[in-house]
Amino acid sequence: MLFAREAPKDDLVIRGARVVDPGQGLDAMVDVRVDGGTIAQIASDVDVNGHRVVDALGLVLAPAFVDPHVHLRTPGREDEEDIASGTRAAAAGGFCAILAMPNTDPVVDSTAVLGALVEAARAQAGSELTEMAELADAGAAAFSDDGVPVASAGLMRRALQYSGVTGRRLALHCEEPSLSRGGQMHEGPVSAELGFAGYPSVAESLMVERDLSLAAYEGRPLHLLHLSAHESVEALAAAQARGVEATAEVTPHHLCLTDEAVRSLDPNLKMNPPLRAEADRAALVDGLRNGNICAIASDHAPHARHEKEVPFEAAPFGVTGLETAFSALYTHLVEPGLLPLETLLDRMSAGPARAYGLGPPRIAVGAPANLVLVDPNASWRVKEESFRTRGSSARRSARRSA
Amino acid sequence: MGEIKLMREELLPPAPPPPRRHLISIGDLTRHDVERLLSTARAFERSLDREMKKLPTLRGRTVVNLFYESSTRTSSSFELAAKRLSADTMSIKAAGSAVDKGESLKDTALTIGAYDPDVIVIRHPQIGAPHVVAANTSAHVVNAGDGKHQHPTQALLDLYTIEGELDRIEGLHVAIVGDVLHSRVARSTTQALVLMGARVTLVGPPALLPRGIEALGCETSTDIGAIAAADVVYVLRMQRERMEEGANYVPSLREYSARWGVTPERVRPDQKVMHPGPMNRGVEIDGRVADAAHSLIETQVRAGLVTRMAVLYDLLTNGPVGVQTAVVEEVA
Repeated sequence: MLFAREAPKDDLVIRGARVVDPGQGLDAMVDVRVDGGTIAQIASDVDVNGHRVVDALGLVLAPAFVDPHVHLRTPGREDEEDIASGTRAAAAGGFCAILAMPNTDPVVDSTAVLGALVEAARAQAGSELTEMAELADAGAAAFSDDGVPVASAGLMRRALQYSGVTGRRLALHCEEPSLSRGGQMHEGPVSAELGFAGYPSVAESLMVERDLSLAAYEGRPLHLLHLSAHESVEALAAAQARGVEATAEVTPHHLCLTDEAVRSLDPNLKMNPPLRAEADRAALVDGLRNGNICAIASDHAPHARHEKEVPFEAAPFGVTGLETAFSALYTHLVEPGLLPLETLLDRMSAGPARAYGLGPPRIAVGAPANLVLVDPNASWRVKEESFRTRGSSARRSARRSA
Repeated sequence: MGEIKLMREELLPPAPPPPRRHLISIGDLTRHDVERLLSTARAFERSLDREMKKLPTLRGRTVVNLFYESSTRTSSSFELAAKRLSADTMSIKAAGSAVDKGESLKDTALTIGAYDPDVIVIRHPQIGAPHVVAANTSAHVVNAGDGKHQHPTQALLDLYTIEGELDRIEGLHVAIVGDVLHSRVARSTTQALVLMGARVTLVGPPALLPRGIEALGCETSTDIGAIAAADVVYVLRMQRERMEEGANYVPSLREYSARWGVTPERVRPDQKVMHPGPMNRGVEIDGRVADAAHSLIETQVRAGLVTRMAVLYDLLTNGPVGVQTAVVEEVA
């Protein structure tokens, strides 16, 4: 389901920022005036008109971020997160819109549950098709099997066919359960040494290849959730080159960390799909840079603190990420020169919006003022107490402030 | 002038306490640490020959054994090791404790920690459990086995046994046979042997040799013939209780025994044979091999006692300085 924050109806002048909107080809030191929540003027010296002036010298002003993959834990586990805490966390991280995944309790797969929520939803199909057309009419942005992958190729084919009726694309969690069963971390030298049951990369890439083949055969678009393996990126690039309309997302943790980090046995590093090897991380960064992967998704998956204060093996999968996503990526990818800032901004805003057919936030006269102001020189220490999310399991990699 | 200097020293902030020492993984030890522990264990072994076997070394110290998995030799040898050093001991088994009532490991650790024990020895079925105890108490933590991860005192007693029999570890070739995938013993002992300069070959069915294990610095083979060249054949327990239904690691135990069982035909009398116990006679090891003169299986049990005495002593006496002379004096 889509939670879009309405642009605040403020009157505002943002002065002196480096204004960057890759979609508009905009990268200039200009002022931006906002009248009643709408961008009214972009110029080197705007009329203040008595508006509040934000001195943004040295800061970057960009279109607000869109997170296509968040677990709000609502309905069912509001102790872990609810709509208010989740959207506060999103706003703190610079996001103006998030898509909430439906693997909740109860699963969001009927209009009754959907109606009890707010305005729109996505649906979860494990073993049978859900009433996708009705849900789409009620506002579902897309249909996802996140958390409960579709094991049957036949069912996946039917879902792809039916997605044509709804006009919404399928967003797929690719995992072959008979290969990943019991797996605690990426299968490789680190899991061999630590003794963990492995979750091999082929458990993901096999399903990526299956679903891309089905999408090609049916001529339907699809979106691949949280890719982690280099084999998956290669399969995606090959399918895109053949003309398959496939989009994909990647998480900040898979872009910044590898399975080596799991040696600490910190349960906050346990996630699905798992952190993988350096070659995988490098392939994900390459895929993001050259556009095969068009979106960054936090896969923000909060857990109650006591659930992560247990031995690694007993801990649930999932980390938080809404409030640290940009900072972590800026520190790990932009500063070392691995990814241009414009590309990062695109993959966090217009990229995910395009993948889901949403209007991308933009910096243009007449557009709603969905904006984020970034201080690339500030550094901050990630502290659990200052988070807005109820989940306590943040990665420790973020150092720059959004 | 001397007085001024003294005042200055008093004004300095107190030095931070040295980090608490634990024994959680062989990976935490240097070669020098291992050598020190083995020589301490040898000094204790000499004390066992005396009529009065108890040493006053750890009088007034408390050692808690916290066992979440069944164990005979490890729990009994830790308890006896602590008693031989005059420490007070307390053993807590998961069955019959608050663990039965759903208490979390963190809360159990906080409860035990409230008694200020000097050492907590923990065995737990989950990887990372000793870290949880270390993070929530101020005791030294000894890992007596955490899931498939590590069993460092087993590795030390294995090294002690090998060195006692063959007078060296460096340059020896050890073949470890069986279910490596599910074995914390295989992981810790391989790491320890490689650290000490031995050559290790892991032998077993393909699905029971974890992918990437060669990164530990060992070789792998699926051919039982690979044990022929080894000085020591180390047989692992075929962990039937860890074989999930339908996992199909091997077609059957019968086929496993036929292909990878250690039988008299597959070992030479000049090869030493070891096993961490408990054995499945007729599955991974033929009874005739287990009972043969070149089997070191009982020596391993005896080594377990003195090695664990050495570990407790080492943790509670803050390391290497003068360890050996102190022990020898007490023994004398």
